[in-house]
Amino acid sequence: MTVVANFTAQRGEFTLEFDATFEPGTVIAILGPNGAGKSTLLRAMAGLVAASTGSIKINGVVVDDSQNTFLPPPARSIGYVFQDYALFPHLKVLANVAFGPRSRGLGRKPANRLALEVLTKIGIAELAGRLPSSLSGGQAQRVALARALATRPQVLLLDEPLAALDIETRAKIRLELTEQLSAFSGCTVLVTHDPLDAMMLADRVIVLENGAIVQDAKPAEIARRPATPYAAALIGVTLLRGTISNGELKLDQGGILHTADLDVAGPVLAVVRPESVSVHREQPAGSPRNVWPGTIASLQAAHDRVRVQVDGSPAVVAAITPAAVADLGLAPGSQVWLSVKAVEIDVYPTVKH
Amino acid sequence: MTPRRPNSPRPLFLLIPGLIAIAFLVIPMVGLLAEAPWGSFGAILTSQVALEALRISMVTSIAATVIAIFIGTPLAWLLAREILPGTRILRAMVIVPLLLPPVVSGVILLTAFGRRGLVGQWLSSGLGIQLPFTTAGVIVAETFVAMPFLIITMEGAFRSLDGRFEDAASTLGASQWTIFRRITLPLVGPSLVAGAVLCWARALGEFGATITFAGNFPGVTQSMPLAVYQALETDRSTAIALSLVMLTVCVVVLVALRGRYLRPTAS
Repeated sequence: MTVVANFTAQRGEFTLEFDATFEPGTVIAILGPNGAGKSTLLRAMAGLVAASTGSIKINGVVVDDSQNTFLPPPARSIGYVFQDYALFPHLKVLANVAFGPRSRGLGRKPANRLALEVLTKIGIAELAGRLPSSLSGGQAQRVALARALATRPQVLLLDEPLAALDIETRAKIRLELTEQLSAFSGCTVLVTHDPLDAMMLADRVIVLENGAIVQDAKPAEIARRPATPYAAALIGVTLLRGTISNGELKLDQGGILHTADLDVAGPVLAVVRPESVSVHREQPAGSPRNVWPGTIASLQAAHDRVRVQVDGSPAVVAAITPAAVADLGLAPGSQVWLSVKAVEIDVYPTVKH
Repeated sequence: MTPRRPNSPRPLFLLIPGLIAIAFLVIPMVGLLAEAPWGSFGAILTSQVALEALRISMVTSIAATVIAIFIGTPLAWLLAREILPGTRILRAMVIVPLLLPPVVSGVILLTAFGRRGLVGQWLSSGLGIQLPFTTAGVIVAETFVAMPFLIITMEGAFRSLDGRFEDAASTLGASQWTIFRRITLPLVGPSLVAGAVLCWARALGEFGATITFAGNFPGVTQSMPLAVYQALETDRSTAIALSLVMLTVCVVVLVALRGRYLRPTAS
């Protein structure tokens, strides 16, 4: 189920140039600003847009060689979750989910049985008789995923699957999605402009800007060394895995951070924004709960800030002003103290990797 | 002191012409009701002329509507998706019968389908089919005049349909035919009903093109409007009774479509 996508696609004046190979069982996040070509990429893989040059191969089969071969969407084993879900408004949830299997030749009864099975697996069997207009955003997202999975696709394409949800629901559905995607054996391509989605859901992140790949790396790598100002501004956060209880976060890489989240327990992903990390020459006295020493590994200018990569337990990125860098006399190898307020650390429950 | 409340404005320069307009539209209908031969209504409507006109009107208007649905809906889809070259010109051609005086439509049909017409001579000598002055001719005339109503309604519906539903169906494995049948058509269903009813009502009222192309033969081509026209010269009360039937049909259609056409539209 490897996908080899090496093609260009045209959308009006805009050209997308893409070249990447997706391995089975992985989740790839396509991260980029609006108009970067993220949706065009998904539409080309699904066969809703034809490649202008190059080719797309799914599981060894050429689905589009931009010349003579073009398999239309029904001939590709693709599950597509559209932005805003595009659930068929005139069909009940069960019929929406059964639509794929029926279109692929299953009779009404077996298709309905399969649909109910998929709904049950995702935990929303009770929605079977409802119309899409009566669903909440989170419910509609689950139904859209069930509908896409019901055809047992080899490749799952998700276009901004969480963008339509409010913040609270988003955190919950994101966690659910993590579990469902890890159970999916094919490869998943997830388009998002939310770095947190990319960080939490994906094994690999491809940053797309102006129709071209600007970075292709593991989430942690992208967070550590963002290749462009956009990536730095968006995902230049420090991500830390660990286990939390009573607000005390034991990090997998060593070290302990105190957080303000007293209700969460178990494996979590903690996000430390560079702006919330303070850098000192002497050990600071006072209120911050988290104070630890470190060594500066690198300094990198990004926009009006300097990104300071500091090794320590944990290693983090701090963003400070050029003036502060000069005042503190920072250079690679400098010994510094770091501090972060407990309330500045965001914690997201996750599944153990 | 109470704040001055904005009254809904009722300027006389709009109020008076407006009331004249509504009186102008309503009074003739009241007149029709007043002069209706209520006593002999049953006898008139069960007379042979009335029954045959009613039968021909029903058969031809329904046939015209069915034809319009089966060939007009696909054309509306093609126009909406701009698949054919010269879509703008084609759209204008579709609207022409709406603007044309119906009698001119009849002349056009005669030149095309008449015995010596462009297509007609081929139809009559080759296939032995006669359209002018036959019931089939009535259907042709009504379809020509009424189908644009259905096409315009459906084109709007196809145009405003969210393309992602069809995309989603396609990625789920549906063929073009399945997508059209299970997604596109149901989603434009209400518009199809509205377009078909408009088309049918126009076909039912068709007069000019029918009398020009198909003539006025009782039992063959004499539909309700033609029967009204003929009765008016000989038997006024029959004309009024038949007119009342047609007025009733119009009101029923309006009520059936109340959600769509009795509400002010923004565009």
